[in-house]
Amino acid sequence: MSSAREEILGRIRSTQTGSAATVSVAPAPVTEPMETEAMLDLFVENMRDYRAIVREVSVDDIAAAVDAVLAEHGCHTVVVPPDLPPEVAPTSIETTVDDDLSATALDDIAAVVTTSSVGIAVTGTIVLDHCAGQARRALSLVPDVHICVVHADQVVTSVPEAITRLRASVEAGRPLTWISGPSATSDIELNRVEGVHGPRNLEVILVR
Amino acid sequence: MSAPLAKTTPTFVGMPKFPAMAKDALANTQQRRNLLHATHTIRAKRASVVEEVPQWEALRLNGADVKDEVLANLDSYLLQFEEKLTERGATVHWARDAEEANRIVLDLVRAEGVDEVVKVKSMATQEIELNEALEAAGIHAWETDLAELIIQLGHDRPSHILVPAIHRGRAEIRQIFRQEMGKVGRPAPEDMTDAPRELAEAARLHLREKFLRAKVAISGANFAIADTGTLVVLESEGNGRMCLTLPETLISVVGIEKVLPTWEDLGTFMQLLPRSSTGERMNPYTTMWTGPAEGDGPQNVHVVLIDNGRTRVLADEVGRQTLRCIRCSACLNVCPVYERVGGHAYGSVYPGPIGAVLTPQLRGTSSAIDQSLPYASSLCGACFEVCPVRIDIPRLLVKLRTQVVDEHRGHNSVESRTMQAAAWMFADSRRLAKAQKASTLGGKLLGRRTALGALPWPASSWSSARDVPVPPKETFRQWWDRTGGGQA
Amino acid sequence: MRVALFATCFNDTMWPETPKATVRLLRRLGVDVEFPSKQTCCGQMFTNTGYADEAIPLARKFVDVFEGYDAVVSVSGSCTGSVREQYADLAARSGDAALADGVAKVAPKTYELSEFLVDVLGVTDVGAYFPHRVTYHPTCHSLRMLKVGDKPLQLLRQVRGIDLVELPAADECCGFGGTFAMKNADVSVAMGSDKVRRIRDTEAEVVVAGDNSCLAHIGGLLGRLRSGVRTLHLAEILASTDGDVL
Repeated sequence: MSSAREEILGRIRSTQTGSAATVSVAPAPVTEPMETEAMLDLFVENMRDYRAIVREVSVDDIAAAVDAVLAEHGCHTVVVPPDLPPEVAPTSIETTVDDDLSATALDDIAAVVTTSSVGIAVTGTIVLDHCAGQARRALSLVPDVHICVVHADQVVTSVPEAITRLRASVEAGRPLTWISGPSATSDIELNRVEGVHGPRNLEVILVR
Repeated sequence: MSAPLAKTTPTFVGMPKFPAMAKDALANTQQRRNLLHATHTIRAKRASVVEEVPQWEALRLNGADVKDEVLANLDSYLLQFEEKLTERGATVHWARDAEEANRIVLDLVRAEGVDEVVKVKSMATQEIELNEALEAAGIHAWETDLAELIIQLGHDRPSHILVPAIHRGRAEIRQIFRQEMGKVGRPAPEDMTDAPRELAEAARLHLREKFLRAKVAISGANFAIADTGTLVVLESEGNGRMCLTLPETLISVVGIEKVLPTWEDLGTFMQLLPRSSTGERMNPYTTMWTGPAEGDGPQNVHVVLIDNGRTRVLADEVGRQTLRCIRCSACLNVCPVYERVGGHAYGSVYPGPIGAVLTPQLRGTSSAIDQSLPYASSLCGACFEVCPVRIDIPRLLVKLRTQVVDEHRGHNSVESRTMQAAAWMFADSRRLAKAQKASTLGGKLLGRRTALGALPWPASSWSSARDVPVPPKETFRQWWDRTGGGQA
Repeated sequence: MRVALFATCFNDTMWPETPKATVRLLRRLGVDVEFPSKQTCCGQMFTNTGYADEAIPLARKFVDVFEGYDAVVSVSGSCTGSVREQYADLAARSGDAALADGVAKVAPKTYELSEFLVDVLGVTDVGAYFPHRVTYHPTCHSLRMLKVGDKPLQLLRQVRGIDLVELPAADECCGFGGTFAMKNADVSVAMGSDKVRRIRDTEAEVVVAGDNSCLAHIGGLLGRLRSGVRTLHLAEILASTDGDVL
């Protein structure tokens, strides 16, 4: 098995010349961080542009907002990760706490509530690193309504800023899920259609 | 030690050259309408989201340089990537060519005792024709990307890197779903119309049962980060997340050129790729994983690193920039040739401008189709302008044309004889002046006519649809000599 | 400033009115342009078809003929592009250091007409008069290889009497592409037909460009359609004056 490895590495080394090894790299451009309120407004605007439903609430009203979303979608079942912060948990209907549920079991549940790790304003993206209330990946994937709570201080302006914040998660071996709007496809005549395999409803609760 | 070329996979062996394929494609008016609509839609979307980024050119420069730096030090980055992944509990395999890669994947699938796998759209697995290899061994490989599903159910070939079914319209897609879905799983709903939303819903229902029972998934990767051992897959529908999350075993087939040095380098590429590719600020979903994650997703994680002709491309100092390609397909969408003939004429899973330079480098230029690919361009340069990693495709096309001509020196074709005669004439201005005398004589004989109609071969390739200009009665040079540069 | 005209083999032989117009225009602007008679062809057709070995002696000849001038003005965007952007690759292939040196000297001072007028002479109003409805097609090599931008349009906008109309999707290739027009004639004609349809939709009397090769293709299609739309090189419109309208 190692022979393929050695042979490929050998082929690569035979292409290397002294000059090639010293490529000077033009620096990546830096986006100046925006002022907080403008940045949060842009974050909301961009998420909405890609058909996420966004509610902006204060810290005391998170659970009420979660309940309102569940009611709006007529959800009778909701799953949450075991470590979901209590102020985020729904109160209106009984919640299923994830106990390594099978994919099939998750498929029978209408909604999921998670927190998130980072928000990116210029792209309208939410990043989950799947610890502390963000659930394992299957939870935010299989149910059709994903209610995601984002705190204002988690939002950054640009993609590189988000990347910087996420290094520790990656070094800890945690997977990441970047979400920009609900599931969508443009495979039919290049027209964007929301809703294929992932949650067809992305409900963001921005705490600001 | 010269690295071997990639073999032409069975699907494309013996394919006619590009002009013949293009002629057929041009006659397919339904396909031309579909392509025109689709390419112009995505072109406009790309342009508007690129416009939003003031430092776009600086991003392109950084992206190109990062890739060049990787290619210059590929061995050490691959080793670092392997070490990190291994540390994280994943298994890394290396494959010299398609056959070896397919054998590795097949063995891994067999070890799980399954007869089906779910697949995330991947150019690398298309390149090695993995699905065909799995099918031959009795293992069903279910494509889960909507466009790939359309292709697979329609027994068709992909014609675009990002949107493989770009040549199909909604009515055709409805037809395929109605006819084929029931044969391999849940049938399409009886009352399904050709509304994209309903077609997408049918795909959701059809594939969900496959996702929920799948034990093994196969993916590619958009990026592989050396300093963290992270793999990255960008997608839109959630089929990627399903495959990358629900099964117990995940096998990712990754070209050796996909590696990026550091986690921070991803910042540039997560800006360049979505805007260039789908014309979005960000694609709906991206999954990043660093080996198996405890209690979350596949616990049995494999990565197969493939060469398959890439080290051969690497060996050419100019040609190696082709390996910067991040498969965004922006060059296809702006190409006036691709827009009219579609992807099938390119005789490879890599169509369009990038295909016209990548395929002849991976496979060499010994076959009719591969020799014709570098000529499948008017050299208009629109591709280079949009390429997020600044691959100078026109320059590479010219370089490959030179390779084709060099390989045929001594064959004494009509073209080469004509070129050599012309070059001899241009070598000396007196010879040119003499030839011009014959031309102006022709002009004089033709009298007042200003254009000619149809001419015999070989001029017919011009004149069948275009008038031929009549030569003037006096060339510029003759005028200059006669009038002393117009001063006389 | 010693200025040489590079007439290009194609214009010299087939479209002499274009270099003649260029001479008239430059003289009017006070430039005493010379025509070095030993010039022939830049080799672009050979280079772009893959015949690099045939192109190398022509590159060497170009350098020899034009090395002594302060500026070389060419009436073809694509030939200028070949000198500026492709000669270095040819020199590298030849392994001839003297050629590489010569290219490095001559290439940067080789200009397409609109570049020479706007960048070197610093004029946009050349005193032209042309009372016709005109649409401008920016050829690919002018636009994307030389990056002439809107310089030809700056010049055209100053022409008195002109009715300049915008060509939709102007920056899309006309389908000429040198030997592409023959090797892939079907695709070339398909591209050209779309270009011609958009030209006719503007109801222009004249389509203008900086490359007679592209115009021969466009004009060939227009002629076959008996459209009545004329093709003219930029130089000919800019050279035209009140007393001498084309």
